[in-house]
Amino acid sequence: MSLLTALRQGGRGYLLSAPALVLFVGLLVLPLALTLVLSFNVFDYEVGVKPGEYTLAHYASLLSDSYFYEIFFRTFWISALVTLLCVVIGVPEAYILSRMGTPWRSIFLILILTPLLISVVVRAFGWSLLLGADGLINQAIQALGGQPVKLLYTPFAVVIALVHVMLPFMIIPIWTSLQKLDPAAEQAALSLGASQAKVMRLVVLPQVMPGVLSGTLIVFGLSASSFAIPGLLGGRRLKMVATVVYDQYLSELNWPMGATIAVALLLVNLLVMLSWNRLVEGRYKKSLGE
Amino acid sequence: MSKNGPLALSFHALVVVFMLAPLVVVCLVAFTPENTLSLPTSGFSLRWFYAVFERKDFIDSFYNSLILAFVAASLATVIAVPAALAITRYQFPGRGFLNGLFLSPIIIPHLVLGVAMLRLFALMGVNGSFTWLMFAHVVVITPYVLRLVIAAAIGVDRSAEQAAESLGASRFTLFRQITLPMILPGVAGGWLLAFINSFDEVTLSIFVTAPSTQTLPVRMYVYATESIDPMMAAVSALVIALTAATMILLDRVYGLDRVLVGKN
Repeated sequence: MSLLTALRQGGRGYLLSAPALVLFVGLLVLPLALTLVLSFNVFDYEVGVKPGEYTLAHYASLLSDSYFYEIFFRTFWISALVTLLCVVIGVPEAYILSRMGTPWRSIFLILILTPLLISVVVRAFGWSLLLGADGLINQAIQALGGQPVKLLYTPFAVVIALVHVMLPFMIIPIWTSLQKLDPAAEQAALSLGASQAKVMRLVVLPQVMPGVLSGTLIVFGLSASSFAIPGLLGGRRLKMVATVVYDQYLSELNWPMGATIAVALLLVNLLVMLSWNRLVEGRYKKSLGE
Repeated sequence: MSKNGPLALSFHALVVVFMLAPLVVVCLVAFTPENTLSLPTSGFSLRWFYAVFERKDFIDSFYNSLILAFVAASLATVIAVPAALAITRYQFPGRGFLNGLFLSPIIIPHLVLGVAMLRLFALMGVNGSFTWLMFAHVVVITPYVLRLVIAAAIGVDRSAEQAAESLGASRFTLFRQITLPMILPGVAGGWLLAFINSFDEVTLSIFVTAPSTQTLPVRMYVYATESIDPMMAAVSALVIALTAATMILLDRVYGLDRVLVGKN
């Protein structure tokens, strides 16, 4: 390729991506940068944001205030629990799906994955119908002669609804890595006298590990920043990071504090994703003997 | 193909029930004749659907969402198609970076995007404006179009394009007559996926909408934090019906399983 063709090629590449680039610089890079700056701005309840005056106070209170500490801790354990439950349900479910016959396999795959495309507000509302004080689960408990249980506005409600929202994100990458599994490998192991459990442990599980790990990453990241589920099912007291940011912006009107929490959330998320990614890549390479 | 045992099948049944229960319950409760949230045990009624159509704020929000999703998905397609062709066809410095930048809204929490846009729009004095809400949506949904169009463009056989080019077709004719028809399933699938994602978006929109530009999910979210009544169930059932219709279209033009789990 001559230099001239290379230049022309490059020129066309830039020209074709220019509209998207303009939009993304203006409405993604710029606002994120402004928010980072905002998180260092001095805030006064009387005057509001003081442009031109900078402080580290918001970051200091994020690290020292037990209120924020508790919120971050709760968000972390809820997200970790949701991720764990998604692995425990998602791995066997994806495996069962992959062993189904032709019409059923795609029917059930679509049935299980399409809730993904339905508004999260609708799904949260569905769970509040099921879990409410006079919701269907409590009606069933009472019909069986039990005492009603408080389910809504508890961590239980948030966890179960988050698992419902996140499970498709776990099943998709596991399914994808299961597609690469050669069924002959399983049959070979079985015909050589390995038990079903041994086949699972030594043949299937190592093969789906990359899928599990990337699913873990997506589910944890999305859970940690989830807003509508804790907002609708956690009630006023059970706050997670996203709902606290919302409060800071729209009821406290302390934008710099809200920006600080948002920046921290983004950083923690990116950090978890990048380090997990590195870990996964390292393992994957090792298992391929490179 | 080895068969699943009874234990595996019961586990599978539980998962399916778990995934569908909240949606089925919403659709059933929407038909209740009662004033409370209950299953329609004493007959079906459409009263709560009528109640929705009498709420002007919900109807306005519905139209807002519909127009927003339509325009935003179309704009996202218009900018994502050339970008996808640039990324798959041409070698230039920064190509990988651009690809990463255009896909990044998928991994940045919508909450963070929402507060970031709120800051920018407040400084510009345009917060709550429908146009800027639409641009915000374009940023969020462009990655979905980009991914599907890139996947389609990679699979294209270049020899037809080269033939047309050697026969003297102009760049525009080449795109319209040869390239576009070949990547059309990816473009149409991307548009529909973008449409659904824009129509459902709540976390970013809640920060950058004013009462007059509130989208349906934002209106529903705000309503549900204050009161829960069967009208919410009726609205939700309508949203589920609309989403299902879009999904059937998506299945026809691109294949739902391909959108959800990639190539089979």
